[in-house]
Amino acid sequence: MNAKIDIRRFPGFSFATYLCLFLLYTPLIIVMIYSFNDSKSIMLWGGFSFRWYEDVFWGLEAPKFKQAAINSLSIAIGAAVTATTIALSAAVAMLRAGHFRGKGASLGLISLPLMVPEIVTAVATLIFFSAIGFASGHATILVAHIVFCIPFAYLPIAARMQGIEASYEQAAQDLYATRFETFRLVLLPLVLPGVISGFLLAFIISLDDFIITNFVKGAGIETLPTAIFGSVKQGIKPNIMAISTLMLLVSVVIVTLSYFANRSGQGKK
Amino acid sequence: MSLHETNKIAIDVDNVTKRYAEVTALKNVSLSIHDNEFFTLLGPSGCGKTTLLRTIAGFEGISEGDIRLFGDSIIDLPPNKRPVNTVFQQYALFPHMSVMENVAFGLRRQKVVDSEVRKRTGEVLELVQLSGFADRLPSQLSGGQQQRVALARALAPRPKVLLLDEPLSALDLKLRQDVRVELQQIQANTGITFVFVTHDQEEALTMSNRIAVMSAGIVQQVGTSRDIYESPENKFVADFIGDTNLIDVEIVETDGRQATCLLLGNVQLICNNAKGATKGRASLSVRPERLSLGDASNSSLSGTVSRLTYLGTDIHVAVNLEDGEVIDVRVQNSEDARIPDTGDIVGLNLELDAARVLMN
Repeated sequence: MNAKIDIRRFPGFSFATYLCLFLLYTPLIIVMIYSFNDSKSIMLWGGFSFRWYEDVFWGLEAPKFKQAAINSLSIAIGAAVTATTIALSAAVAMLRAGHFRGKGASLGLISLPLMVPEIVTAVATLIFFSAIGFASGHATILVAHIVFCIPFAYLPIAARMQGIEASYEQAAQDLYATRFETFRLVLLPLVLPGVISGFLLAFIISLDDFIITNFVKGAGIETLPTAIFGSVKQGIKPNIMAISTLMLLVSVVIVTLSYFANRSGQGKK
Repeated sequence: MSLHETNKIAIDVDNVTKRYAEVTALKNVSLSIHDNEFFTLLGPSGCGKTTLLRTIAGFEGISEGDIRLFGDSIIDLPPNKRPVNTVFQQYALFPHMSVMENVAFGLRRQKVVDSEVRKRTGEVLELVQLSGFADRLPSQLSGGQQQRVALARALAPRPKVLLLDEPLSALDLKLRQDVRVELQQIQANTGITFVFVTHDQEEALTMSNRIAVMSAGIVQQVGTSRDIYESPENKFVADFIGDTNLIDVEIVETDGRQATCLLLGNVQLICNNAKGATKGRASLSVRPERLSLGDASNSSLSGTVSRLTYLGTDIHVAVNLEDGEVIDVRVQNSEDARIPDTGDIVGLNLELDAARVLMN
């Protein structure tokens, strides 16, 4: 095979590419543009304005969305912190503790939430919570989020840790560091970019989640995605587009941060 | 060597065996390393030298045997409880810490007071000539400088024994030769016992007080550079250290010190270096520089020159004996040297003590 064959010369390549890009991004772009529409209609353009952003923060539904945003953020921070801590411990066990029985199975278990259909997890979690009598609310959402955030936090941490040679930790131990000092002073600083990246991914995954949250949240508590969904059910208003645009912005910023965190220091030995 | 006023044993490796699932890396290894000694573990890759070093450092457990440090068994101690420090092959400097922090790491873990930490890191940085580099990060240093930081870091806590795992292998040739001299001086000045692992025989021969030659998990011979070069105890050592000609011979008579050998069926040689020889088949080890060329008519051993290799200071001459065996001769490139041509028939002269009988 000639390795120099350029993929751009494949028939239909550019058509397929542009079609995919169009389908993926046009709706997003339309939502972003119409969030600045100075009209009550979601179809007709009535000039540029920030009125729907004002509406989000100070309008009729503002208290509802504000409470939902607070819930979302507090759950996302709690879930990301806990999931990252668990994922870091798991990575140390998987990559630094030598061989133990059930290591392969453990890795499978950690990544399982990535493979199980979310709706199945949602139903199962709901049934489980009601079976043990765990009252739905803030806590149920948090617990459910921690669980599915673990693999997202684990992957960047493990990838980073895999690239760190064991000799750094051996050198630390050789220089009289206890196991905990070795972790705190050597392994943790070296793996930190992976930890930050994992934390940010977990955070954004939690912030975004709708299906599981909607099942386990119970009545009387909303996160941003469920609040938006609830609002949309009564008809799409332009303020939804403003909220969506804001969420998109937060996501993009955080995913970008995560990318750069993971990249930092990788050029060095 | 005058360094051995004290005959104290620093490290006593007592019948150590290390088995992995598939292979045995160390087989009944016993060694005594003296206090204040520059001791080298020399061998080809996979011979077990690094494994032995790592068992002393505590990074590997052992399957059988004991390792004692100044008389006390250390095999149950984790690496951070063993008063030995290691210079790693790739240095393993902490990339997120400055040179100063790297060097102070061991002292801080030992809870040495601040003023003392500063004083001692300053001292070792001066010792390795890096005083001006304290605030740099390891990534801002050259390979040679990193190597010195690694050395300083391991020396700062004043270990009883310093373990060095091929520390020069990442340096280029010129630098390596400078660092050799420096390492020797530092060893002599600090009085710390050095255990040095290398596969480079020149390094071993030039730096060490004593050398242990290892292969296949076994210690083949322990001795001074001179011992192992001039009196190798077996074919492996003779072949591994320097260049040698190994000639098949038959010993027809021996008193255990001197032996009469027969080669090519009809040439008799009397060999003075025949400790432990018995009658029967054996090998004769002769260093190429201990052979000289002469007239075929004056010599009992002769052959045809098959190849000449010019090396500058020496010329390598390959001589084919009657039975096809090739003997290497090294002729010094001096003015009066007689350099033969390929195809010439030459006689081979042996210096009296040059040949050594090695039992198979």
